[in-house]
Amino acid sequence: MAGRNISVSEASRPVLPRHAKLKFDDTRQRWVILAPERVLAPDDIAVEVLQLCDGVRSVAGMADQLAEKYTAERAAILTDVVAMLQDLADKGFLTEAREPTT
Amino acid sequence: MSDVQTAASDAARDPTDGLAALERPGSVAESFGIPLAVLAELTHRCPLQCPYCSNPVELDRGGTELSTAEWKKVLSELAEIGVLQIHFSGGEPTARKDLVELVQHASDVGLYSNLITSAVLLTRERLAQLSDAGLCHVQISFQGNEPVVADRVAGFKGAHAKKIEVAKWTRELELPLTVNAVMHRQNLFQLPDIIQMAVDLDADRLEVANVQYYGWALKNRAALMPTLAQIEETTAIVEDARARLKGTLAIDFVVPDYYALRPKKCMGGWGRQFFNISPAGKILPCHAAETITGLEFESVRSNHSIAWIWQNSAAFNRYRGTGWMPEPCRACEFKDIDFGGCRCQAFALTGDAGNTDPACALSPMHEQIFKLAETEAGGDHDRFLYRNFAGGTLEAESDHGA
Repeated sequence: MAGRNISVSEASRPVLPRHAKLKFDDTRQRWVILAPERVLAPDDIAVEVLQLCDGVRSVAGMADQLAEKYTAERAAILTDVVAMLQDLADKGFLTEAREPTT
Repeated sequence: MSDVQTAASDAARDPTDGLAALERPGSVAESFGIPLAVLAELTHRCPLQCPYCSNPVELDRGGTELSTAEWKKVLSELAEIGVLQIHFSGGEPTARKDLVELVQHASDVGLYSNLITSAVLLTRERLAQLSDAGLCHVQISFQGNEPVVADRVAGFKGAHAKKIEVAKWTRELELPLTVNAVMHRQNLFQLPDIIQMAVDLDADRLEVANVQYYGWALKNRAALMPTLAQIEETTAIVEDARARLKGTLAIDFVVPDYYALRPKKCMGGWGRQFFNISPAGKILPCHAAETITGLEFESVRSNHSIAWIWQNSAAFNRYRGTGWMPEPCRACEFKDIDFGGCRCQAFALTGDAGNTDPACALSPMHEQIFKLAETEAGGDHDRFLYRNFAGGTLEAESDHGA
Protein backbone atom coordinates (compact mmCIF):
# COMPACT_ATOMS: atom_id res chain seq x y z
CA MET A 1 0.00 0.00 0.00
CA ALA A 2 1.19 3.48 -0.81
CA GLY A 3 2.97 5.07 2.09
CA ARG A 4 2.79 2.06 4.36
CA ASN A 5 5.54 2.20 6.99
CA ILE A 6 5.82 5.95 6.64
CA SER A 7 8.06 7.98 8.87
CA VAL A 8 6.30 11.16 9.93
CA SER A 9 8.37 14.34 9.77
CA GLU A 10 7.70 18.08 9.49
CA ALA A 11 7.65 17.73 5.72
CA SER A 12 5.10 14.89 5.64
CA ARG A 13 1.68 15.56 4.15
CA PRO A 14 -0.37 12.80 5.79
CA VAL A 15 -3.84 11.77 4.76
CA LEU A 16 -6.25 9.08 5.90
CA PRO A 17 -6.10 6.05 3.59
CA ARG A 18 -9.24 4.92 1.81
CA HIS A 19 -9.98 2.24 4.39
CA ALA A 20 -9.88 4.61 7.36
CA LYS A 21 -12.75 7.05 7.54
CA LEU A 22 -13.12 9.81 10.09
CA LYS A 23 -16.81 10.31 10.69
CA PHE A 24 -19.11 11.98 13.19
CA ASP A 25 -21.40 9.34 14.63
CA ASP A 26 -24.73 11.07 15.08
CA THR A 27 -26.21 8.28 17.18
CA ARG A 28 -23.45 8.28 19.76
CA GLN A 29 -22.58 11.96 19.36
CA ARG A 30 -18.87 11.48 18.93
CA TRP A 31 -16.17 11.19 16.29
CA VAL A 32 -15.06 7.73 15.21
CA ILE A 33 -12.48 6.26 12.86
CA LEU A 34 -13.93 3.45 10.76
CA ALA A 35 -11.39 0.85 9.66
CA PRO A 36 -11.54 -2.80 8.60
CA GLU A 37 -13.04 -4.76 11.52
CA ARG A 38 -12.40 -1.80 13.81
CA VAL A 39 -14.16 1.26 15.10
CA LEU A 40 -11.88 3.58 17.04
CA ALA A 41 -12.82 6.47 19.26
CA PRO A 42 -10.25 9.26 18.88
CA ASP A 43 -10.16 11.96 21.55
CA ASP A 44 -10.83 15.65 20.77
CA ILE A 45 -7.20 16.49 20.10
CA ALA A 46 -6.75 13.56 17.74
CA VAL A 47 -9.91 14.56 15.88
CA GLU A 48 -8.66 18.11 15.46
CA VAL A 49 -5.30 16.94 14.11
CA LEU A 50 -6.86 14.28 11.86
CA GLN A 51 -9.14 16.89 10.33
CA LEU A 52 -6.02 18.74 9.25
CA CYS A 53 -4.67 15.64 7.50
CA ASP A 54 -5.88 16.44 4.00
CA GLY A 55 -2.83 15.29 2.07
CA VAL A 56 -2.04 18.91 1.16
CA ARG A 57 -1.08 20.47 4.49
CA SER A 58 2.32 19.50 5.88
CA VAL A 59 2.96 18.53 9.47
CA ALA A 60 4.92 21.78 9.82
CA GLY A 61 1.84 23.68 8.64
CA MET A 62 -0.32 21.86 11.18
CA ALA A 63 2.05 22.78 14.00
CA ASP A 64 1.97 26.44 12.89
CA GLN A 65 -1.79 26.46 12.83
CA LEU A 66 -2.26 24.73 16.20
CA ALA A 67 0.44 26.86 17.89
CA GLU A 68 -1.36 29.98 16.75
CA LYS A 69 -4.80 28.76 17.70
CA TYR A 70 -3.79 27.70 21.21
CA THR A 71 -1.03 30.29 21.68
CA ALA A 72 1.24 27.45 22.67
CA GLU A 73 4.91 26.76 22.09
CA ARG A 74 5.31 25.44 18.54
CA ALA A 75 8.16 23.03 19.31
CA ALA A 76 6.12 21.25 21.97
CA ILE A 77 3.08 21.02 19.71
CA LEU A 78 5.18 19.71 16.84
CA THR A 79 6.64 16.96 19.03
CA ASP A 80 3.16 15.88 20.16
CA VAL A 81 1.66 15.99 16.68
CA VAL A 82 4.51 13.98 15.13
CA ALA A 83 4.26 11.35 17.88
CA MET A 84 0.49 11.07 17.49
CA LEU A 85 0.60 10.83 13.70
CA GLN A 86 3.44 8.32 13.78
CA ASP A 87 1.41 6.18 16.15
CA LEU A 88 -1.59 6.29 13.80
CA ALA A 89 0.61 5.60 10.78
CA ASP A 90 2.16 2.56 12.48
CA LYS A 91 -1.32 1.20 13.05
CA GLY A 92 -2.23 1.71 9.40
CA PHE A 93 -4.66 4.61 9.86
CA LEU A 94 -2.56 7.20 8.08
CA THR A 95 -0.73 7.28 4.82
CA GLU A 96 1.29 9.84 2.90
CA ALA A 97 -0.14 11.86 0.04
CA ARG A 98 1.44 11.15 -3.31
CA GLU A 99 0.91 11.90 -6.94
CA PRO A 100 -1.79 9.70 -8.41
CA THR A 101 -0.52 6.94 -10.68
CA THR A 102 -2.36 5.70 -13.71
CA MET B 1 -4.43 10.50 21.90
CA SER B 2 -5.07 8.29 24.88
CA ASP B 3 -8.38 7.03 23.51
CA VAL B 4 -6.99 5.90 20.24
CA GLN B 5 -4.04 4.23 21.88
CA THR B 6 -6.23 2.43 24.36
CA ALA B 7 -8.59 1.39 21.63
CA ALA B 8 -5.92 -0.01 19.39
CA SER B 9 -4.12 -1.82 22.17
CA ASP B 10 -7.38 -3.31 23.46
CA ALA B 11 -8.05 -4.58 19.99
CA ALA B 12 -4.55 -5.98 19.76
CA ARG B 13 -4.97 -7.86 23.00
CA ASP B 14 -8.24 -9.35 21.91
CA PRO B 15 -8.26 -9.67 18.13
CA THR B 16 -11.68 -11.28 18.08
CA ASP B 17 -13.11 -8.14 19.59
CA GLY B 18 -12.15 -5.42 17.16
CA LEU B 19 -14.83 -3.16 18.54
CA ALA B 20 -13.03 -2.64 21.81
CA ALA B 21 -12.95 1.12 21.47
CA LEU B 22 -16.63 1.77 21.81
CA GLU B 23 -17.54 -1.32 23.73
CA ARG B 24 -15.81 -0.63 27.00
CA PRO B 25 -18.14 -0.83 29.97
CA GLY B 26 -19.98 2.40 30.47
CA SER B 27 -19.42 3.63 26.94
CA VAL B 28 -22.18 5.45 25.10
CA ALA B 29 -22.43 2.63 22.59
CA GLU B 30 -23.10 0.10 25.27
CA SER B 31 -25.86 2.13 26.86
CA PHE B 32 -27.45 2.73 23.48
CA GLY B 33 -26.83 -0.80 22.46
CA ILE B 34 -27.14 -0.88 18.68
CA PRO B 35 -24.17 -2.78 17.21
CA LEU B 36 -21.46 -0.86 15.40
CA ALA B 37 -21.18 -3.49 12.68
CA VAL B 38 -23.68 -5.85 11.10
CA LEU B 39 -23.10 -8.91 8.92
CA ALA B 40 -25.40 -9.13 5.90
CA GLU B 41 -25.51 -12.64 4.49
CA LEU B 42 -26.86 -11.74 1.08
CA THR B 43 -27.19 -15.32 -0.15
CA HIS B 44 -26.31 -18.87 0.79
CA ARG B 45 -25.44 -19.66 -2.83
CA CYS B 46 -21.72 -20.30 -3.32
CA PRO B 47 -19.65 -22.06 -5.98
CA LEU B 48 -17.27 -23.41 -3.33
CA GLN B 49 -18.09 -26.38 -1.09
CA CYS B 50 -15.78 -25.84 1.89
CA PRO B 51 -16.43 -28.53 4.50
CA TYR B 52 -16.21 -26.01 7.37
CA CYS B 53 -18.65 -23.47 5.96
CA SER B 54 -20.18 -21.26 8.67
CA ASN B 55 -23.59 -21.32 6.98
CA PRO B 56 -26.24 -23.53 8.55
CA VAL B 57 -26.60 -27.09 7.26
CA GLU B 58 -30.17 -26.07 6.29
CA LEU B 59 -29.33 -23.46 3.67
CA ASP B 60 -31.75 -20.71 2.53
CA ARG B 61 -32.75 -21.36 -1.09
CA GLY B 62 -32.26 -18.63 -3.70
CA GLY B 63 -35.99 -18.02 -3.98
CA THR B 64 -36.30 -16.97 -0.33
CA GLU B 65 -33.62 -14.25 -0.55
CA LEU B 66 -34.47 -10.63 0.14
CA SER B 67 -34.94 -8.57 -3.02
CA THR B 68 -32.76 -5.62 -3.99
CA ALA B 69 -35.39 -3.21 -2.72
CA GLU B 70 -35.68 -5.08 0.58
CA TRP B 71 -31.91 -5.05 1.15
CA LYS B 72 -31.75 -1.34 0.33
CA LYS B 73 -34.47 -0.62 2.86
CA VAL B 74 -32.56 -2.70 5.43
CA LEU B 75 -29.31 -0.78 4.76
CA SER B 76 -31.07 2.57 5.16
CA GLU B 77 -32.68 1.44 8.39
CA LEU B 78 -29.35 0.16 9.77
CA ALA B 79 -27.63 3.48 9.09
CA GLU B 80 -30.52 5.35 10.65
CA ILE B 81 -30.39 3.44 13.94
CA GLY B 82 -26.63 3.89 14.36
CA VAL B 83 -24.90 0.96 12.67
CA LEU B 84 -21.59 2.17 11.19
CA GLN B 85 -20.23 -0.78 9.24
CA ILE B 86 -21.79 -3.37 6.98
CA HIS B 87 -20.07 -6.63 6.08
CA PHE B 88 -21.43 -8.10 2.85
CA SER B 89 -21.06 -11.84 3.17
CA GLY B 90 -22.78 -15.08 2.21
CA GLY B 91 -22.60 -17.73 0.86
CA GLU B 92 -20.86 -15.87 -1.85
CA PRO B 93 -22.10 -12.25 -1.94
CA THR B 94 -20.84 -11.69 -5.49
CA ALA B 95 -23.36 -14.33 -6.62
CA ARG B 96 -25.94 -11.54 -6.14
CA LYS B 97 -26.31 -9.65 -9.43
CA ASP B 98 -27.22 -6.48 -7.50
CA LEU B 99 -24.08 -6.33 -5.33
CA VAL B 100 -22.71 -3.13 -6.92
CA GLU B 101 -26.09 -1.46 -6.41
CA LEU B 102 -26.18 -2.55 -2.76
CA VAL B 103 -22.62 -1.31 -2.10
CA GLN B 104 -23.52 2.00 -3.74
CA HIS B 105 -26.58 2.25 -1.51
CA ALA B 106 -24.50 1.50 1.59
CA SER B 107 -22.16 4.33 0.59
CA ASP B 108 -25.10 6.66 -0.05
CA VAL B 109 -26.49 6.14 3.45
CA GLY B 110 -23.03 6.48 5.04
CA LEU B 111 -22.20 2.87 5.90
CA TYR B 112 -18.58 1.66 5.80
CA SER B 113 -18.70 -1.42 3.57
CA ASN B 114 -16.63 -4.57 3.64
CA LEU B 115 -16.82 -7.42 1.13
CA ILE B 116 -16.21 -10.91 2.50
CA THR B 117 -15.72 -13.06 -0.57
CA SER B 118 -14.32 -16.29 -2.00
CA ALA B 119 -13.40 -14.12 -5.03
CA VAL B 120 -13.90 -16.84 -7.64
CA LEU B 121 -16.83 -15.13 -9.39
CA LEU B 122 -15.21 -11.69 -9.65
CA THR B 123 -13.93 -10.08 -12.81
CA ARG B 124 -11.59 -7.11 -12.76
CA GLU B 125 -14.32 -4.95 -14.23
CA ARG B 126 -16.83 -5.87 -11.51
CA LEU B 127 -14.27 -5.28 -8.78
CA ALA B 128 -13.59 -1.84 -10.26
CA GLN B 129 -17.34 -1.14 -10.24
CA LEU B 130 -17.50 -2.13 -6.57
CA SER B 131 -14.56 0.14 -5.86
CA ASP B 132 -16.25 3.03 -7.68
CA ALA B 133 -19.42 2.34 -5.68
CA GLY B 134 -17.43 3.12 -2.53
CA LEU B 135 -16.42 -0.30 -1.24
CA CYS B 136 -13.99 0.29 1.65
CA HIS B 137 -12.32 -3.08 2.18
CA VAL B 138 -12.03 -6.54 0.65
CA GLN B 139 -11.54 -9.79 2.53
CA ILE B 140 -10.69 -12.88 0.48
CA SER B 141 -10.75 -16.37 1.93
CA PHE B 142 -7.91 -18.77 1.13
CA GLN B 143 -7.91 -22.52 1.70
CA GLY B 144 -4.15 -23.00 1.44
CA ASN B 145 -1.08 -21.45 -0.19
CA GLU B 146 -1.08 -23.59 -3.34
CA PRO B 147 -3.75 -25.20 -5.56
CA VAL B 148 -3.40 -28.88 -4.57
CA VAL B 149 -4.54 -28.47 -0.97
CA ALA B 150 -6.57 -25.29 -1.53
CA ASP B 151 -8.70 -26.51 -4.45
CA ARG B 152 -9.36 -29.82 -2.72
CA VAL B 153 -10.62 -28.10 0.46
CA ALA B 154 -12.74 -25.68 -1.59
CA GLY B 155 -14.07 -28.50 -3.75
CA PHE B 156 -13.54 -26.21 -6.76
CA LYS B 157 -10.92 -26.67 -9.45
CA GLY B 158 -8.96 -23.51 -10.22
CA ALA B 159 -10.22 -21.65 -7.15
CA HIS B 160 -6.79 -20.85 -5.72
CA ALA B 161 -5.33 -19.39 -8.91
CA LYS B 162 -8.42 -17.21 -9.31
CA LYS B 163 -8.17 -15.94 -5.72
CA ILE B 164 -4.56 -14.93 -6.25
CA GLU B 165 -5.56 -13.04 -9.38
CA VAL B 166 -8.41 -11.20 -7.64
CA ALA B 167 -6.19 -10.35 -4.67
CA LYS B 168 -3.76 -8.68 -7.08
CA TRP B 169 -6.55 -6.70 -8.74
CA THR B 170 -7.72 -5.61 -5.29
CA ARG B 171 -4.36 -4.06 -4.54
CA GLU B 172 -4.02 -2.59 -8.06
CA LEU B 173 -7.29 -0.79 -7.39
CA GLU B 174 -5.78 0.39 -4.07
CA LEU B 175 -8.43 -1.34 -2.04
CA PRO B 176 -7.19 -2.61 1.32
CA LEU B 177 -6.98 -6.39 1.49
CA THR B 178 -7.45 -8.89 4.28
CA VAL B 179 -6.43 -12.48 3.63
CA ASN B 180 -8.65 -14.83 5.60
CA ALA B 181 -7.01 -18.22 6.01
CA VAL B 182 -9.22 -20.87 7.54
CA MET B 183 -6.97 -23.38 9.25
CA HIS B 184 -7.43 -27.02 10.27
CA ARG B 185 -5.49 -30.25 10.59
CA GLN B 186 -5.08 -30.75 6.84
CA ASN B 187 -3.60 -27.33 6.00
CA LEU B 188 -1.92 -26.08 9.19
CA PHE B 189 1.44 -27.32 7.86
CA GLN B 190 1.17 -24.56 5.22
CA LEU B 191 0.84 -21.70 7.71
CA PRO B 192 4.36 -20.25 7.24
CA ASP B 193 3.79 -20.26 3.46
CA ILE B 194 0.33 -18.70 3.87
CA ILE B 195 1.84 -15.88 5.91
CA GLN B 196 4.41 -15.30 3.17
CA MET B 197 1.63 -15.42 0.55
CA ALA B 198 -0.22 -12.65 2.41
CA VAL B 199 2.95 -10.53 2.43
CA ASP B 200 3.56 -11.20 -1.27
CA LEU B 201 -0.05 -10.20 -2.06
CA ASP B 202 0.54 -6.91 -0.21
CA ALA B 203 -2.32 -7.64 2.18
CA ASP B 204 -2.89 -5.29 5.11
CA ARG B 205 -4.24 -7.96 7.42
CA LEU B 206 -4.15 -11.70 7.76
CA GLU B 207 -6.74 -13.60 9.73
CA VAL B 208 -5.45 -16.97 10.86
CA ALA B 209 -8.83 -18.38 11.71
CA ASN B 210 -8.95 -21.87 13.09
CA VAL B 211 -12.18 -23.61 12.19
CA GLN B 212 -14.99 -23.18 14.71
CA TYR B 213 -16.99 -26.36 15.00
CA TYR B 214 -20.66 -25.71 14.25
CA GLY B 215 -22.87 -26.77 11.35
CA TRP B 216 -20.82 -28.10 8.45
CA ALA B 217 -17.57 -27.99 10.40
CA LEU B 218 -19.08 -30.07 13.19
CA LYS B 219 -20.08 -32.71 10.63
CA ASN B 220 -16.46 -32.65 9.41
CA ARG B 221 -14.81 -32.40 12.80
CA ALA B 222 -12.95 -35.69 12.56
CA ALA B 223 -11.37 -34.59 9.26
CA LEU B 224 -10.54 -31.07 10.44
CA MET B 225 -9.63 -31.11 14.14
CA PRO B 226 -5.97 -30.18 14.62
CA THR B 227 -3.72 -31.95 17.08
CA LEU B 228 -2.59 -30.19 20.24
CA ALA B 229 0.97 -30.24 18.90
CA GLN B 230 -0.21 -28.42 15.75
CA ILE B 231 -1.93 -25.74 17.81
CA GLU B 232 1.16 -25.15 19.92
CA GLU B 233 3.29 -24.87 16.80
CA THR B 234 0.76 -22.52 15.19
CA THR B 235 0.85 -20.18 18.17
CA ALA B 236 4.64 -20.00 17.98
CA ILE B 237 4.58 -19.36 14.20
CA VAL B 238 2.00 -16.56 14.58
CA GLU B 239 3.90 -14.90 17.42
CA ASP B 240 7.13 -14.98 15.45
CA ALA B 241 5.44 -13.57 12.32
CA ARG B 242 3.72 -10.80 14.28
CA ALA B 243 7.05 -9.60 15.64
CA ARG B 244 8.81 -9.95 12.29
CA LEU B 245 6.07 -8.26 10.22
CA LYS B 246 5.08 -5.45 12.60
CA GLY B 247 3.98 -2.46 10.54
CA THR B 248 3.73 -4.56 7.34
CA LEU B 249 1.06 -7.15 8.07
CA ALA B 250 -1.36 -7.22 10.99
CA ILE B 251 -2.21 -10.78 12.04
CA ASP B 252 -5.38 -11.74 13.86
CA PHE B 253 -5.39 -15.20 15.36
CA VAL B 254 -8.43 -17.25 16.34
CA VAL B 255 -7.66 -20.46 18.25
CA PRO B 256 -9.98 -23.46 18.24
CA ASP B 257 -11.72 -23.36 21.60
CA TYR B 258 -11.69 -27.13 22.01
CA TYR B 259 -8.16 -26.77 23.31
CA ALA B 260 -8.87 -23.82 25.58
CA LEU B 261 -9.59 -23.83 29.30
CA ARG B 262 -11.88 -20.84 29.14
CA PRO B 263 -14.61 -20.41 26.54
CA LYS B 264 -14.53 -17.59 23.99
CA LYS B 265 -16.66 -14.51 24.49
CA CYS B 266 -18.74 -15.60 21.55
CA MET B 267 -20.12 -12.69 19.48
CA GLY B 268 -19.11 -10.48 22.41
CA GLY B 269 -22.01 -12.01 24.32
CA TRP B 270 -25.43 -13.05 22.95
CA GLY B 271 -27.35 -10.00 21.74
CA ARG B 272 -24.75 -7.63 23.14
CA GLN B 273 -22.83 -6.13 20.24
CA PHE B 274 -23.59 -8.07 17.08
CA PHE B 275 -26.34 -9.33 14.86
CA ASN B 276 -26.47 -10.71 11.37
CA ILE B 277 -29.18 -10.83 8.77
CA SER B 278 -29.78 -14.11 6.95
CA PRO B 279 -30.45 -14.27 3.19
CA ALA B 280 -34.17 -14.59 3.91
CA GLY B 281 -34.09 -11.58 6.24
CA LYS B 282 -33.99 -13.09 9.71
CA ILE B 283 -32.21 -11.06 12.37
CA LEU B 284 -29.90 -13.47 14.21
CA PRO B 285 -27.62 -13.12 17.25
CA CYS B 286 -24.96 -15.05 15.31
CA HIS B 287 -24.73 -16.78 11.94
CA ALA B 288 -25.13 -20.23 13.55
CA ALA B 289 -28.09 -19.30 15.78
CA GLU B 290 -30.66 -21.00 13.59
CA THR B 291 -29.09 -24.34 14.54
CA ILE B 292 -30.64 -23.90 18.01
CA THR B 293 -34.10 -25.40 17.83
CA GLY B 294 -36.93 -23.87 19.81
CA LEU B 295 -35.98 -20.23 19.19
CA GLU B 296 -38.14 -18.06 16.92
CA PHE B 297 -36.16 -15.45 14.99
CA GLU B 298 -37.98 -12.39 13.66
CA SER B 299 -37.55 -11.24 10.09
CA VAL B 300 -37.10 -7.81 8.50
CA ARG B 301 -40.22 -8.87 6.57
CA SER B 302 -42.25 -8.83 9.80
CA ASN B 303 -44.02 -5.66 10.85
CA HIS B 304 -41.33 -4.96 13.47
CA SER B 305 -38.44 -2.55 13.01
CA ILE B 306 -34.89 -3.89 13.18
CA ALA B 307 -34.28 -1.91 16.39
CA TRP B 308 -37.40 -3.44 17.95
CA ILE B 309 -36.28 -6.96 17.05
CA TRP B 310 -32.82 -6.30 18.49
CA GLN B 311 -34.14 -4.87 21.71
CA ASN B 312 -37.35 -6.78 22.35
CA SER B 313 -37.57 -10.09 20.52
CA ALA B 314 -37.69 -13.20 22.68
CA ALA B 315 -34.77 -14.88 20.90
CA PHE B 316 -32.38 -11.97 21.59
CA ASN B 317 -33.45 -11.67 25.21
CA ARG B 318 -33.32 -15.41 25.89
CA TYR B 319 -29.55 -15.54 26.55
CA ARG B 320 -28.77 -11.86 26.98
CA GLY B 321 -26.65 -10.76 29.92
CA THR B 322 -26.13 -13.19 32.79
CA GLY B 323 -29.59 -13.64 34.35
CA TRP B 324 -30.41 -16.79 32.33
CA MET B 325 -27.33 -18.65 33.52
CA PRO B 326 -27.45 -21.91 35.46
CA GLU B 327 -24.54 -23.16 37.54
CA PRO B 328 -21.58 -23.34 37.15
CA CYS B 329 -21.87 -20.06 35.20
CA ARG B 330 -24.12 -18.28 37.69
CA ALA B 331 -21.57 -18.14 40.50
CA CYS B 332 -18.56 -17.85 38.19
CA GLU B 333 -16.28 -14.83 38.51
CA PHE B 334 -15.78 -14.83 34.72
CA LYS B 335 -19.46 -14.65 33.77
CA ASP B 336 -19.27 -10.99 32.76
CA ILE B 337 -16.07 -11.66 30.80
CA ASP B 338 -17.05 -14.58 28.57
CA PHE B 339 -20.86 -14.65 29.07
CA GLY B 340 -20.74 -18.42 29.39
CA GLY B 341 -19.17 -18.97 25.95
CA CYS B 342 -21.10 -19.97 22.87
CA ARG B 343 -24.82 -20.88 22.90
CA CYS B 344 -24.68 -22.67 19.56
CA GLN B 345 -21.79 -24.83 20.70
CA ALA B 346 -23.54 -25.59 23.98
CA PHE B 347 -26.60 -26.69 22.01
CA ALA B 348 -24.63 -28.71 19.46
CA LEU B 349 -22.59 -30.58 22.04
CA THR B 350 -24.98 -30.89 25.00
CA GLY B 351 -28.43 -30.56 23.42
CA ASP B 352 -29.29 -27.50 25.54
CA ALA B 353 -28.22 -24.00 24.53
CA GLY B 354 -28.62 -22.92 28.18
CA ASN B 355 -25.81 -25.16 29.39
CA THR B 356 -22.26 -23.97 29.99
CA ASP B 357 -20.25 -24.09 26.77
CA PRO B 358 -18.25 -27.35 27.01
CA ALA B 359 -15.18 -25.41 25.87
CA CYS B 360 -15.05 -24.18 29.48
CA ALA B 361 -13.03 -26.31 31.88
CA LEU B 362 -15.84 -25.85 34.44
CA SER B 363 -18.37 -27.61 32.20
CA PRO B 364 -19.02 -31.19 33.33
CA MET B 365 -18.63 -32.19 29.66
CA HIS B 366 -15.31 -30.47 29.04
CA GLU B 367 -13.09 -33.45 29.76
CA GLN B 368 -15.12 -35.81 27.59
CA ILE B 369 -15.16 -33.42 24.64
CA PHE B 370 -11.48 -32.62 24.85
CA LYS B 371 -10.69 -36.34 24.83
CA LEU B 372 -12.92 -36.86 21.81
CA ALA B 373 -11.21 -34.01 19.95
CA GLU B 374 -7.83 -35.48 20.77
CA THR B 375 -8.89 -38.89 19.50
CA GLU B 376 -10.36 -37.45 16.30
CA ALA B 377 -7.27 -35.32 15.69
CA GLY B 378 -5.04 -38.37 16.03
CA GLY B 379 -7.22 -40.49 13.73
CA ASP B 380 -6.92 -40.97 9.99
CA HIS B 381 -10.38 -39.87 8.87
CA ASP B 382 -9.42 -37.28 6.25
CA ARG B 383 -12.36 -37.40 3.83
CA PHE B 384 -14.51 -34.30 3.67
CA LEU B 385 -18.26 -33.96 3.54
CA TYR B 386 -18.61 -31.09 1.06
CA ARG B 387 -21.12 -28.34 1.71
CA ASN B 388 -24.04 -28.05 -0.73
CA PHE B 389 -27.80 -27.59 -0.88
CA ALA B 390 -28.31 -31.36 -1.00
CA GLY B 391 -27.17 -31.84 2.59
CA GLY B 392 -23.55 -32.57 1.72
CA THR B 393 -21.57 -34.86 -0.56
CA LEU B 394 -18.84 -37.13 0.72
CA GLU B 395 -15.49 -36.68 -0.96
CA ALA B 396 -14.58 -39.52 -3.35
CA GLU B 397 -12.15 -41.97 -1.76
CA SER B 398 -9.46 -41.50 -4.38
CA ASP B 399 -9.52 -37.68 -4.16
CA HIS B 400 -8.27 -37.09 -0.69
CA GLY B 401 -4.65 -36.47 -0.08
CA ALA B 402 -3.73 -38.59 2.91
